[in-house]
Amino acid sequence: MSSEFAVELRDVVKKFITPEGNELSAVDHVTMQIKNGEFFSMLGSSGCGKTTSLRMIAGFEWPTEGEVFIEGQPMGHIPPFQRKVNTVFQSYALFQHMTVAQNIGFGLEMEGVEKSEIKKRVGRALEMVQLTGMERRQPKQLSGGQQQRVAVARALVKTPSVLLLDEPLGALDLKLRKEMQLELKALQQQLGITFIYVTHDQEEALTMSDRIAVMSKGKVQQLATPVEIYERPTNKFVADFIGESNFLEGVIKEISKDEATVYVPVLNAELKGMPMSPDFVNGEEVAVSMRPEKIRIVEREADGDTLFKAKVLNSVYIGSDTHVYVDMQGARLKVMEQNRISRLDPSSFYSKEQMITLLFMPENTLILKKG
Amino acid sequence: MNPHRRSPWVVAASILVYFFLYAPIVILILYSFNASKTNIKFEGFITEYSDRVQMQGSAVVASPCGPFHWYCDLTKNSNVMGATKNTLTIAVVATIVATIIGTMAALALQRYDFKIKPFSQLALYIPIVIPEIVMGIGILSLFSQAFGWINDAFHLTGNARLALGIGTVTVSHIAFMIPFVTLVVQARLQGFDKSFEEAAMDLGANEWITFWRVTFPTILPGILSGALLAFTLSLDDFVITFFTNGPGSTTLPIYVYGLLRRIISPQVNALSTVWILIVFTAVMILQWIQSRESKTVKA
Amino acid sequence: MLKRLRESKSMQGTFLALPTTLWMFVLLIIPLILTLIVSFGKRSPDGNVIYTFSFDNYARLIGISHTCADGSATCFDPLYINILWRSLTLAFNTTVVVILMAYPLSYFIARAKPAQRNIYLFMVLIPLWTNFVIRVYAWMMLLRKEGAINIIIGWVASLLHLPFTPLEMLYTPGAVLVGMVYEFLPFMILPIYTSLEKIDGSLYEAAADLGANAVRTFLRVTLPLSMPGVVAGTILVFVPVMGTFVVSDLLGGKQVILVGNLIQRQFLDARDPAFGSAASLILMVMTLIVTYFYTRKFGFGEEIVAA
Repeated sequence: MSSEFAVELRDVVKKFITPEGNELSAVDHVTMQIKNGEFFSMLGSSGCGKTTSLRMIAGFEWPTEGEVFIEGQPMGHIPPFQRKVNTVFQSYALFQHMTVAQNIGFGLEMEGVEKSEIKKRVGRALEMVQLTGMERRQPKQLSGGQQQRVAVARALVKTPSVLLLDEPLGALDLKLRKEMQLELKALQQQLGITFIYVTHDQEEALTMSDRIAVMSKGKVQQLATPVEIYERPTNKFVADFIGESNFLEGVIKEISKDEATVYVPVLNAELKGMPMSPDFVNGEEVAVSMRPEKIRIVEREADGDTLFKAKVLNSVYIGSDTHVYVDMQGARLKVMEQNRISRLDPSSFYSKEQMITLLFMPENTLILKKG
Repeated sequence: MNPHRRSPWVVAASILVYFFLYAPIVILILYSFNASKTNIKFEGFITEYSDRVQMQGSAVVASPCGPFHWYCDLTKNSNVMGATKNTLTIAVVATIVATIIGTMAALALQRYDFKIKPFSQLALYIPIVIPEIVMGIGILSLFSQAFGWINDAFHLTGNARLALGIGTVTVSHIAFMIPFVTLVVQARLQGFDKSFEEAAMDLGANEWITFWRVTFPTILPGILSGALLAFTLSLDDFVITFFTNGPGSTTLPIYVYGLLRRIISPQVNALSTVWILIVFTAVMILQWIQSRESKTVKA
Repeated sequence: MLKRLRESKSMQGTFLALPTTLWMFVLLIIPLILTLIVSFGKRSPDGNVIYTFSFDNYARLIGISHTCADGSATCFDPLYINILWRSLTLAFNTTVVVILMAYPLSYFIARAKPAQRNIYLFMVLIPLWTNFVIRVYAWMMLLRKEGAINIIIGWVASLLHLPFTPLEMLYTPGAVLVGMVYEFLPFMILPIYTSLEKIDGSLYEAAADLGANAVRTFLRVTLPLSMPGVVAGTILVFVPVMGTFVVSDLLGGKQVILVGNLIQRQFLDARDPAFGSAASLILMVMTLIVTYFYTRKFGFGEEIVAA
């Protein structure tokens, strides 16, 4: 039985009773469809419901309401050991009383695969994660990165239709994490298996994913490709959570097709030709969002149209960029400027109280719902 | 600052406490070689003893076992052998039962919520905070009431009559062991990461296989130390046994207590020495097995 | 059925806990209830129980006597109150002495190198594996008039040419205290060690860094953090001392009668189970009150498992 979707969550709710006896919706009416062969990430801070969603797909938890489908089949109360998905755990959960080979072979053993066949497939799995010859090691004897690979091999040796990964790189140091990100992505493309990846690290999600579900408070805030998530966030939460954003209050003055003119009181100016989704109405109060790296500092006079005066509050040098915090008639903005030229002279940096001119390109701004 | 630096006062006090702990044991062992039959004074190491010769007074005979005379004597004492057998039978059976059902209870209390949980917890907590004698006389009352009632109701006579014996002692030992087994296993379960079990299930093992292949090997050291504790508690127990034993179910502590109230033969010392050696060896073997196991796991 | 069991966590839990719960119900709860019922009864001439509902046994325990020397109907007889009080003070004294002896040793073990700790702990446990009764017997041999302690003192005295008459140590309250301390000392050492061992070494460094000397570090850091162990140990010592009758029987003779001896006699020699049951319940209530207030004040953690 195959279906267009590898996994589908249909209006899923998961409620827990807290130790204080209160009811808490960890997952609150979540619907998402994960396509066959895609690298899908659930991104959010802790407590957003991403891990609970993953655990419901794996079968460790059952939804309070709604239904989880795997390859078009409703899962109901089917236990984890009868689902064709496998999990890579955050803690790896390698069995300490078994060798590496026994760990990887465990799942095959459960399927009743013959011993000689298990040996062969364990060998192949180890080759795949570049750990050939490590069969007889104990998990404790391996480094964090090696344990992580064993955990991946153990799950993949079962040839699942979907691989679930719960923050699998969380325990590794930064450099190793970046390496493993690329390795996992390559592995996924090579095997063509659907990966569902849970992480709180936005850079990781943007690097690896075909699509991302940004989650907060048990709800999906936006489900789209990495580019769309960054360039066209659909609400203030996503705009703020992924990357950084400056927000200014505004009122829609005029709407034409998918563009709008917005009056921004702090600038005392109307910004014209701003991209906009169709669900806004004339006169609506909105938030105007601007990414810090998309505001430019220019050596021109302010014109009140796209060029505005600002006062430097602070300037922080962080190597690749300089972060400039400015005040614009009471509104505080952050501006990021790349350090394209090598320089040491302190006078070439922005100083406090210095007046500068900012350039807002309308196509680089976004209109979002207020609140 | 060296964390292992210790004040001389602490060291001196510790040596004194160890001396306090071991002096009686040393004396106990020394007196097991006593030449004096009454064992009140130490009269040198035994080399010969007076053997009663057929109602014609006694003759002094060289001990065939040398200074180990009282140890040899012990093996000929059928009371001691019987009591040893009883003690071990009770300890082994009670330990097995208490370990199994105590471990089950630990799993239940640590992992599950159920209606009778508060009651179970209370029942397991009480034996720790009430003196053993309270439990002992309570069980005695229960058995005497229940047995009397059953014997009368079914007109049981002779051997068929229910009475205190090895069965009642075993059943009562299990009752006071369970709380300790449960506590020890629960402590072990607290440090157990549930994702190991989830991983096993995720890889296709059902609950039963998951328990035996993953959970059980992981908590086995806890179960073993719980069982060891239960076993030593059973060997050591005097109070509960005192109130629940009957004819033919005398254990070593009860037997020794009986002797102490009358004459004290160096036999008692020999018995104690053998006891210490056996328990010491048993515990050493268990420790060795456990450390070997944890080494292979940790290595 | 199996499916329901698999899906109902509550059923699984009940199933797992059931054998233990039943066992404890039959051999702990029912006996306690029975003890309560019997305690309101009366002694029958043949040493059995006549079930009535009278508080006579409790009245006797708090000193209301009906067999008075002066022939009056009721009078005050402090016999049993004295026994209860003696048990309570002995348990208190034992606990204090045991804490004072156990603490330095536990501290010593906790601060030893990790490899040595197990050996030192093992050395604490070995005496425990001799039997409870045998441990008391060992002290009989030491304390007796002709015993090892008197022999050693006599030998020292003769070296110094001092006159010496052997001390009467056995069958005194002091002997009972020593016996109790010996019996239960390891039960204090283990929990205190467990809580001391858990203290992060950097706390000592932090205290020193903040200017505390050794004494103040001990009083302000070590002692408060080891309180859970002391509390757990106190329960493990105080409770059994309150009820033990072997130690006082063998080392105290007829001099030191404790509640434990009183109860034991009612069930064996005196054959008055009703009175024994009442005494037993009073004993239980006394220990429960003490442990309740004690743990409520300090609380105790997993250290109780250590022993």
